[in-house]
Amino acid sequence: MIITSTKDLDAIRQSCLSRLYTPEGVKVNIGMASCGIAAGAQASYNRAIQEFSTKQGITISQTGCIGFCEMEPLVEIVAQGKPRMMYHHMTEDKIVEAINGYLVGDYHKKWILGQMRDPRNLLEDQIPNPQDKIQPAEGFPFLEDIPFYAKQVKVALRNCGYMDPDSIEEYIARKGYYAFMKALTMAPADIIKTIKTSGLRGRGGGGFPTGIKWESCAKHSGDRYIICNADEGDPGAYMDRSVLEGDPHSVLEGMLIAALAIGSKQGFIYVRNEYPLAVKRLITAIKEAEKIGLLGDHIAGTNFSFHIKISRGAGAFVCGESTALMSSLEGHVGRPRAKYVHTVEKGFRDGPSNLNNVETYANVAPIILKGGDWYASMGTANSKGTKVFSLVGKVINTGLVEVPMGIPLKDIVFGIGGGVPRKKEFKAVQTGGPSGGCIPTRFLDLSVDYQKLAEVGSIMGSGGMIVMDQDTCMVDVARYFLDFLKEESCGQCNPCREGIKQMLDILTNICQGNGKEGDIELLEELGTTIQRFSLCGLGTSAPNPVLTTILYFRDEYEAHIRDKKCPAGVCKPLFHYEIDPEKCTGCHSCAKKCPQEAITGEKKKPHQLDQSKCIKCGICYDTCKFDAIVIR
Amino acid sequence: MNSSVSEASLELDYRELDRIIGEDYQNDKENLIMILQAIQKTFNYLPRPALSYLAVKIGVPLSQIYGVATFYSTFSLEPRGRNIISICLGTACHVRGGDRIHETLVDQLKVQDGQTTSDNRFTLESVRCIGCCSLGPVIKVNEDMYGHLKPDEIQSILGRYE
Repeated sequence: MIITSTKDLDAIRQSCLSRLYTPEGVKVNIGMASCGIAAGAQASYNRAIQEFSTKQGITISQTGCIGFCEMEPLVEIVAQGKPRMMYHHMTEDKIVEAINGYLVGDYHKKWILGQMRDPRNLLEDQIPNPQDKIQPAEGFPFLEDIPFYAKQVKVALRNCGYMDPDSIEEYIARKGYYAFMKALTMAPADIIKTIKTSGLRGRGGGGFPTGIKWESCAKHSGDRYIICNADEGDPGAYMDRSVLEGDPHSVLEGMLIAALAIGSKQGFIYVRNEYPLAVKRLITAIKEAEKIGLLGDHIAGTNFSFHIKISRGAGAFVCGESTALMSSLEGHVGRPRAKYVHTVEKGFRDGPSNLNNVETYANVAPIILKGGDWYASMGTANSKGTKVFSLVGKVINTGLVEVPMGIPLKDIVFGIGGGVPRKKEFKAVQTGGPSGGCIPTRFLDLSVDYQKLAEVGSIMGSGGMIVMDQDTCMVDVARYFLDFLKEESCGQCNPCREGIKQMLDILTNICQGNGKEGDIELLEELGTTIQRFSLCGLGTSAPNPVLTTILYFRDEYEAHIRDKKCPAGVCKPLFHYEIDPEKCTGCHSCAKKCPQEAITGEKKKPHQLDQSKCIKCGICYDTCKFDAIVIR
Repeated sequence: MNSSVSEASLELDYRELDRIIGEDYQNDKENLIMILQAIQKTFNYLPRPALSYLAVKIGVPLSQIYGVATFYSTFSLEPRGRNIISICLGTACHVRGGDRIHETLVDQLKVQDGQTTSDNRFTLESVRCIGCCSLGPVIKVNEDMYGHLKPDEIQSILGRYE
């Protein structure tokens, strides 16, 4: 069938709603994004298929990532008239028992994360909540109430984990492509106006107002291109991967709407090579959309034609920069150029090109359907709507979280994230990837938006939030980012190519115990020079991690340089481990694990550590439950 | 390139190359990066004769193809081992001790990043974030992912690959 009207969408939607919310028999939804698969979801899926696929009334299905990555593999079991139960840490053995238990109403309390109160997304509020009629199971929390989900508002992630990403019918059942059909009836200027009203800003990191970008691209003549940046090069950020793997159609729909607004016939998605599953799901999504006439020539029976091609990147961080990405799309080396002529005027193939990131496109459809004012009602004065963060590092509840802009940093790290594991002390949050900065404890009350992050020397970036505890050395972190950036600098301009290397050499020296007086000042001077004179965003932001760590953790730099000590116990030449005889219970577990047999001692008596054998691998430090291994 | 020995014995399947370049990617030079990826997938690296052939087919100078092949980190101009170990050195893995895993791998395999063991069993490559940050530190051996790693687990993981 070819879609020509909203009525056609309605027909598909009606036929599919029951599959989503009131399935026949029992339906098992297994979270099968990369993170879930890596945690063992594939094995659970295979086992469930093997055990139940021939049994009447049991459907095994896949979904994307539901965000709470710490708990993966996550599996949801649904049946008519019963609560929707979410199971965590499923294994191939547990899943069989969980399903069998669910069938007879025995829910295995320890394995359950919660029951879902409302599986619909924000676009479906006019259909009755299918869970309203169902008696909740007593003694199980609601998923929406547990701290990880309580403060989240899912716009970009509205479908991730709630539908089969390979099924266009399920996407349509969740009100997908309705925004596009609406946009088909709108004047391009009105679409742009709606996006401008919404206040949506580029979620890839730049934060440039999306509506204004669309408007300026539409102004220039020539073949215009719609490009989706799915290169997601920031280490520690994976929201784009989750959207592509869990809800690829939302990105296609966003691109289609942009194409209508700007007047484009051709779109490109530039996906990083490290994301093979995202590519696979995108290919399926494009084929499905073509099949029902939502992509290709004469879409929905109109004169509008739009084709999307997938291009794979090949591992170059600088290709996240728009001009470098476009050069790479043309099959060239991904080197950026100075942007005295903007890419909205001359970009890919020298044509006007509109580049947005995955998350930006994923926000477009809800804005068109619910209106710009609705989106602008969330967030702060200069940062509207919601933002997805990947909350990772030394935090208890790692995962993807989508929250309204302006939420206090501590609500994310401690409220949603549950704080730092193993009773360690919180030290900083690094935001914005290699272009960002480290935010120390005293700014935990900071409300997170573009402006406030910039005020403390960091940036929003693509939304990576890496929590650091007392065992993280800030000098080492700065060195780590510079090492990354030295590798990734395209080498075209001197300040970036030579400057980053110089800064890295100084930092490496400091970490090796060869730091000198004046190094900190030299780093600051080099940093400001590189910021001012580099060609592209990579160079101009490269010194940020160094400058913010110097600003907030100068004492740690000084300890490395003056006292030749690494207080966090990371820089190997600058610390050693000792056993505190007061705290050591003689449990012997560290000695058993030490690969060098450097720890000896009788059971139940304080042990000894032979410094000459110790290689500072840290296994004893990680093993000891009594804090008896200390860093000196 | 010191891969002349292995390349002398390498029989290039030109029909396969034609299929990749012509059918899958329409001899289109804009597809250069993806063509190189497909060639690398077929031969496990980018053999010089294949690149020369590609240069003629799509009309891009060999120097430019080398420019691309050396610029992007996923390409290898030298033969790689039977098993590719990718160690993630993303920030989340780094703060959770990814460096220690890296050291252990370097120590046990006796190769540095990008190198192949003398028995061709493993090639060690570091990658920047595979997007499974919640499982850090992470390594990938071929397509198998191992998360929440501790240095003492490396040996038994390596033992699973011939």
